[in-house]
Amino acid sequence: MTRTLMSHIDPRAIALGVEAGTSEEVIRLLAGKLEALGCVKPSYADAVVRREATMPTGLPLGRSENVAIPHTDPEHVLRPGIALGVLSSPVDFANMEDPDEAVPVGVVFLLAINDKDKQIDMLQEIMDTIQSEEALVASRTP
Amino acid sequence: MAKQKTILFACGTGVATSTAVNSTVTEAMKARGLTFNAMQCKATEVASLAESADLIVSTTPISASVTVPVIKGLAFLTGIGKDKALDDIEAELRK
Repeated sequence: MTRTLMSHIDPRAIALGVEAGTSEEVIRLLAGKLEALGCVKPSYADAVVRREATMPTGLPLGRSENVAIPHTDPEHVLRPGIALGVLSSPVDFANMEDPDEAVPVGVVFLLAINDKDKQIDMLQEIMDTIQSEEALVASRTP
Repeated sequence: MAKQKTILFACGTGVATSTAVNSTVTEAMKARGLTFNAMQCKATEVASLAESADLIVSTTPISASVTVPVIKGLAFLTGIGKDKALDDIEAELRK
């Protein structure tokens, strides 16, 4: 993975080989890590799960394992952060553009965003990483 | 010179993916010699803000009642179909 993105991710917010049955399980696991680091309020996990149900974040990349970028409103965020979850086998997220369609996801970036003007670089680095299959594969062994 | 157009960038929260898409489109259009006014909003705010925009670029589905042209922004997140989406935006800005 690109060095710049990894500089935004606290090693304590990375979970590898995650065994999860649902998207909610992954979100709650990673949200717990961001909460422990003081990035988000206790209300954050529920808020992300609720938002995912109506406005999902699965990104279809045309691969067997795709990416999801769950997040929620700034009011649940204390300071910016990213948690990274790499799953041992994919779980379904709904497609951001077409919520009726399921996207099998193997890599999850849980985002804590509270000031869009200050977090453009972080968001751009995530997008660059997602768009580079090589970088994404490398995220399995950060 | 024609009046500067306005693009409304929308996503679920109005802060995350719309920010990434706004920054990507702004840079790409600058490289094509085009500038525009940018606005960002939540998907739920699109209906009330659409009138003040010439074009909407959204990563989430937009209500069919909106009459302003809508370009899907997912291409800027996944990279798939990005050049085509940029061409579509350029064509709208040059109208």
